[in-house]
Formats: sequence, structure tokens, C-alpha cells
Amino acid sequence: MSAHAESEEHFAGSKRLFLSVWIWLLLLTGFEVFLGYVQLPVVYMLVILMGASIVKAALIVAYFMHLRFERLNLVLTIVPAVVVCICLLLVFFPDSFRAKHLRYGLPAAADKP
Amino acid sequence: MATEAQALTGDWGGGVHPYRVGHRKLGMWLFIMSDSLTFSALLMGYAYLRASNVWPTPFKFYPSIVFSSVMTLVLLSSSLTMVMAVSASARRDKSRARMWIIATALLGATFIVLHSIEWSHLIGEGLRPFQLPAEWIERWPGSTPLFGATFFGITGMHMFHVFTGCIYLFVVAARVNNLKHEDVEISGLYWHFVDLVWMFVFPMIYLLSIDPRK
Repeated sequence: MSAHAESEEHFAGSKRLFLSVWIWLLLLTGFEVFLGYVQLPVVYMLVILMGASIVKAALIVAYFMHLRFERLNLVLTIVPAVVVCICLLLVFFPDSFRAKHLRYGLPAAADKP
Repeated sequence: MATEAQALTGDWGGGVHPYRVGHRKLGMWLFIMSDSLTFSALLMGYAYLRASNVWPTPFKFYPSIVFSSVMTLVLLSSSLTMVMAVSASARRDKSRARMWIIATALLGATFIVLHSIEWSHLIGEGLRPFQLPAEWIERWPGSTPLFGATFFGITGMHMFHVFTGCIYLFVVAARVNNLKHEDVEISGLYWHFVDLVWMFVFPMIYLLSIDPRK
């Protein structure tokens, strides 16, 4: 029992690892800002920006929040539940496209992206 | 029989800490799960409104994009200093841990100041929670006044989290000699989560609404 209850003050990861994670996060942010000024269709922008943001979130959770060094059962308790719940929120989207067509006399946007 | 049972419970091991984290840390993780759903719901609501309306894209390179990019840099750097605080605390170097925690909280305060200046620019242009500036309505006819509601709502909610995080970190810094290592680590979890949320708010609110002409 005592083997389980022991509290070892161990924090895995070196300064070099954290610095390189930080530099990757900055590079991805720079890429995102650059992308904002490349005139892409908004759907491509959304997909690439969300992809980069998910990579950044994964880096923060894995290394800064230390989840990569925790027990697998903690990871499996936290991550899938949140991901599934967030995906369930997408269920509202078909209605948002419908709502746009319900508006009367909608003037065209001056400059569509 | 005994070995079979051991194999089944191998990952847990039957101890009092099934996740090998203390109950406070588990509590913080559960709070982070619920808070991430709060922000997801806000961002999904924003995306819903954006997809069903004419949406203005008003953010100029200066001040909005410059300010928000610097704010992102400040917040990412504050995460790095927080990691340094936690690893100093793991080495039982309390005074260095305190120094890094205070640095983190000061970077958080810098974020709040920069964001307030950025807000005041937009308020000065005439943006309100339920009202767009007259210029924007001319430029994007029929655009929805809910732009301000989502902008101030989401960034305000995030700023509130940064604000409470700063207070939390100052309290942890003041009491670091009486706290266990895990308590410092828990404050780090909260701070990194606030940083993580900004990684979604910044591209969705700012980068997708850049004014290409300015």
C-alpha cells in the first residue's frame, strides 16, 4: 500500500524540451498570422488555422500541462470525453446555414472573402 | 488467480490514487474539462452566428493584429515561465519557484493591459456589444451587430480567466513555502489552460476577421 501512496516530487522534462516546445508554439503562431494575410477562401483558412491550433493545444497539454508523463488511464479519462463533447456541438451547424437563407432582403456583402 | 487479478488491475494497482495524482490535481483536471466545454460552446455559438450572418472583417494590421500577436507572444512566454516555476518547485527550490511564478503573473498582467488598450481602440471606433460603428455598416451592408457581442463576450470571458489566474498565482507565490509541490503544479495547470484557450480565440476571433485592405 505504501508503494502506491508515496508522493515522489518528480517533474519529467528538461529545460531544453520546454524551450523547444515554446519555440514550436511561436513558429506555429507566426505561421497563422502570416496565413491571415494570404488571401485564401475562408473554408481553407478555417481548416488550416484550426489544424494549427489543435497542434498547439496538443503541445501545451502534452508537455506544459504534463499529460504525456501522466498515467494512461488519466489521459483516457480526460481527452476522449472532451473531444466527443466538443464534436457533439457541431450538430448545430446545418441550422446556421438554413438560418442564413431565411433572412429576407439580405443585401450582398460588399467584399466577400 | 492472483496474477490474473493483478494483470486486470495492473494499471490502477488498487492503490488510493488510481490516477497517481492527488485529489486536488484530479479536481483541477475535471474543472479544466468543464471549462473547456464552456469556451467550446462560446466559440461554437460565435461560429454559428458567423455562418448565418453577414460578418464584418474589420481588424486592421495596426493596432488590432499587432496587439493581438504581441499578446499571444506574452501569453506563450508566461506558459514557459510557469513551467520553469513548476520544475524549480520540483527541485524544492522555493525561492526560484516564487520568482518564476511572479514573472508569470506579471506577464499575465501585461496581457490584460495590452488587451484593454486593444479594446479601447475598438470602443473608440464606435464598437459596442450590440452596435457596429457607422463606417463598418457602410462597408459591410447588412452585417450583424452581434459582432460586438461575440467579440466582447468571448475575449472578455478569456480576460476574466487571465485576471483570476493572476490573483491565483500571486496567492500561490505568497504562500509557496507552505504549499506542496503538487499545489504549485495545479496552479500551473490552470495557467496553461488559459493559454490554451487563447490559442483558439486568437485565430477564430482575430485572424479570420482581418481587413485585407488595411
